[in-house]
Amino acid sequence: MQLSIPAQQTSGQPNRWILILRYMRRNKSLVVGLAMLAFLLIFSIGGSLLIDTSTRAYPLAAPAVQPPSPEYPLGTDRDGRDLLAVMARGILLTGSIGVMAGTIGLVVGVIVGFVAGYYGGWIDSVIRWLTEVLMTIPALILQIIIASTIVDKNKVTIFTMAGVASILSWMGTARIVRSQVLTLRERTFVNMAKLSGMGNLEIIFRELMPNMLPYLAASFVGAVMGGIGSSFGLEILGLGPAREPTIGMTIRWAQFHSAIFNRWWWWVLWPSLVLIIIFASLSLINRGLDEIANPRVRRSE
Amino acid sequence: MRLSYVIRRFLFFLLVMWSAATVLFFVPRLSPINPIRERFAEIQRSTGYAPRDMEQLVKAFEAKFGLNKPLIEQYFDYISGLARGDLGYSLMRYPRTVNELIGQALPWTIGLVTVTTLLTFLIGTAIGALAGWPRSPGWVKGMVTPLMVLAAVPPYLLGLVLIYFIAFRAKLLPLSGAYTTTRFNAPELSLEFLLDVGRHAILPALSLIVASVGFWALGMRGMGVTVLGEDYVNFAEHKGLKQGRIFYWYYVRNAILPQVTGLALAFGSIVSAGILVEYLYGFPGIGSLLNAAIGANDFFVIYGIGMITIFAVGFSMMVVDILYPLLDPRIRYDRR
Amino acid sequence: MTSLNGTRSVALQINDLQVTYYTDAGRVKAVDGVSLTLQSGERLGLVGESGCGKSTLALALMQMIKPPGRIESGSAIIYTDDGAVDLLKLSEEEMRQTRLSKISYIPQGAMNSLNPVMRIGAQMLDAMQDHLPRASKRELIERAEHALESVELKRSVFQMYPHELSGGMKQRVCIAIGILLNPKVIIADEPTSALDVVVQRQVMETIRRVQEKINAAVILIGHDMGLMAQVTHRVAVMYAGKLVEVSNVREIFRHPLHPYAQALIRSLPRLKNKGVFHGIPGLAPSLLHLPSGCVFHPRCDRAMEICKIAAPPRSTTPDGRFVSCHLYDEQGNPTTPDQRGMQAHTSPR
Repeated sequence: MQLSIPAQQTSGQPNRWILILRYMRRNKSLVVGLAMLAFLLIFSIGGSLLIDTSTRAYPLAAPAVQPPSPEYPLGTDRDGRDLLAVMARGILLTGSIGVMAGTIGLVVGVIVGFVAGYYGGWIDSVIRWLTEVLMTIPALILQIIIASTIVDKNKVTIFTMAGVASILSWMGTARIVRSQVLTLRERTFVNMAKLSGMGNLEIIFRELMPNMLPYLAASFVGAVMGGIGSSFGLEILGLGPAREPTIGMTIRWAQFHSAIFNRWWWWVLWPSLVLIIIFASLSLINRGLDEIANPRVRRSE
Repeated sequence: MRLSYVIRRFLFFLLVMWSAATVLFFVPRLSPINPIRERFAEIQRSTGYAPRDMEQLVKAFEAKFGLNKPLIEQYFDYISGLARGDLGYSLMRYPRTVNELIGQALPWTIGLVTVTTLLTFLIGTAIGALAGWPRSPGWVKGMVTPLMVLAAVPPYLLGLVLIYFIAFRAKLLPLSGAYTTTRFNAPELSLEFLLDVGRHAILPALSLIVASVGFWALGMRGMGVTVLGEDYVNFAEHKGLKQGRIFYWYYVRNAILPQVTGLALAFGSIVSAGILVEYLYGFPGIGSLLNAAIGANDFFVIYGIGMITIFAVGFSMMVVDILYPLLDPRIRYDRR
Repeated sequence: MTSLNGTRSVALQINDLQVTYYTDAGRVKAVDGVSLTLQSGERLGLVGESGCGKSTLALALMQMIKPPGRIESGSAIIYTDDGAVDLLKLSEEEMRQTRLSKISYIPQGAMNSLNPVMRIGAQMLDAMQDHLPRASKRELIERAEHALESVELKRSVFQMYPHELSGGMKQRVCIAIGILLNPKVIIADEPTSALDVVVQRQVMETIRRVQEKINAAVILIGHDMGLMAQVTHRVAVMYAGKLVEVSNVREIFRHPLHPYAQALIRSLPRLKNKGVFHGIPGLAPSLLHLPSGCVFHPRCDRAMEICKIAAPPRSTTPDGRFVSCHLYDEQGNPTTPDQRGMQAHTSPR
């Protein structure tokens, strides 16, 4: 009774690229988000290459409060920064705060989540208690206290911003990783791996990691958004890097000098627009990744 | 059964408060920065007033605030002060206490934040429920993506946009404040005053609502889609139930459960968003007070606000946890 | 094994039912040309490997096929006191009213088929209220409690939540709901698969008893041939969306016609061949890439040349059994090697 089934190759089967393209067409969020992100990067990297943003994005590089003109396409602010250069440089600075905070959050979150979920027991209880406590402290409040007491207000750099912004950014990742590890741990293939004599760490990285990649990607993007969001909050309250032209600081200065009431609309408009595009693109990407991680959500589309 | 659950939850709340207070006590004290000296330095910067006996002054004030005692004693003073609800003195408005300053600001914040949170939760959940329901018209389903993109934008930015277009250009609503100070010297209990406050609160509230409706809509839709895949919804349809009944009793009723838990978890970020929006609109709540305190290096007010917000968040989480079993019968006899 | 007594009249007649799923990778015929007739009071077992289309068949009868699935053609006539109705032609609202009242579906309810936030009673009342809007609440409560008793549950279950019940009790509640309105046809989709063996037996017994009381026809979906042997009158075997054999339960166990049915019966553990387990070689085919000719031929131990080329005929034997296999001719008689060779040339379907 040994009969092998011949591999069935039907001629009409679409090839892989067409399947990917079809998928992309359905996952519009991911495509649109990535396109917006690409636009921002081209704008800021291109801008940094074309004009000298290391001087023109800083005070006294241009006449003050010029409305947009051929010479200064986005106008200038009250301290004589060229807003075009500020935007080009600001996207990179703000972006790197976010990426740094997101990376720290991801790494810490993955470790904490894995440890809590995989080993369980008292470690898990301690971590859960810690997260419950931290959950009660509004992130902004904790960051304000840290930023205002530990860090000298006048020496804030984008690195301290990233550090402060990452303080709570690991929690979301940790929660997702923990619950994923808990579910995956129950599945048989991990038991199989255990039977075959693999060590604990080996199991985690060999078996669990690939399963979790879409989740991790989504929570990394989430942590980047969180990092940019909380650094923005601190910048608005005057706890940001006073000397750097990040997007948040630009809005802070515009507000500080009542740009709206003085009808210097361009000073507020561009950074707000850029920040909105940043957040919109990241959230679309996040959503797209989420659809990959939880295909069930797709069904309601 | 129920009472012991409430008691245990309350004890956990106290534990969280104590842990948070401890964190708030030690974080600043790890720092080399001396709040009193910083305050004088700030005065010096802003007024040019430079007392010759600065160090002595600092010492005197440290003694007054008990900062010269051993750390452990300070800690006990601080915790027992908190237990009595005493947050100490404000540095920027000395001799007014932190309690007084917060007491003035708090009603505004509570009013703004609770109303907007409830509205946001209800509107967002309703939109999400409709968007996840297969029979909803396409435009309802299509609402979620733009709303979600809006939810990614900080409320502060949205507020900025609203201020510019609605208050500044169109002059439809007041630009800032909580009431017209030229009409009312102080808050009073009259219809005109309340209407005035309402007019002032529309924009801050709108910034907060529009910026987070999408969050709840997305969560509800995601959960709704999961619930639609559950056997009990399927069986409900096999039972020949009317769509309306399935929608409410089977779909919404189950999908809303994680939303309620999520509400408890979201209080922290709601407070954070509220603080920034209040500051933007010069709304005389906690946010504006906090901004002033940061500007003036008034650490005691900063810590006090920290403690109050933590208390508010922790308390709200506890209330949600205690009420949750009313929504989900499975929890009643469970752990914790 | 039981025999069918009582009044014999047709309860449900399925004709050439065809259900297709339109997936990204292509069209999938989940149910392909199935015809079946059920008598009132009859219990029919529908067996086959998972993915063979037996659940899809059930969903089609309930008009619960969701996109990307579609009922392509066929009819399913249900005969009730109000006359004959084609289930597949009913409007949405008509079908809603028909569910539970004329044809009811008992899910695999042990785990999750009951709404966790509603009391059992409420979940019984709402079903009746949406079908009998004029009935008084007292009357409905009485009816619900009576249904609970008829599945050997206490009346007090009415007040309980699903999480307070055991798996077997939840399954009984689902059965009680299924019979609330005395339907003509009951479809039970693997009603016992999540239960332990002792409870399985009891629940099956319950289904049998309540069904006999209301003289409904039952389609019992499952893959446990042993359980089928105990409760059904007839067994229908499905493979890759098609019916391959429908026979009286006694006959199919003694003398299965189709090689797949033979393999299924052989795979049952028996006292005689204790310790020797006969599986069926190979895997069920993906419906996307069905083999040519007879879909079973790659796994069939009696496959012939013709099986790779032509679809088998649908035959009814003189004693009323249905089989679809090249080993039998159109009249259901075993074919000779000669005939098989000729068929391959003359009628490649």
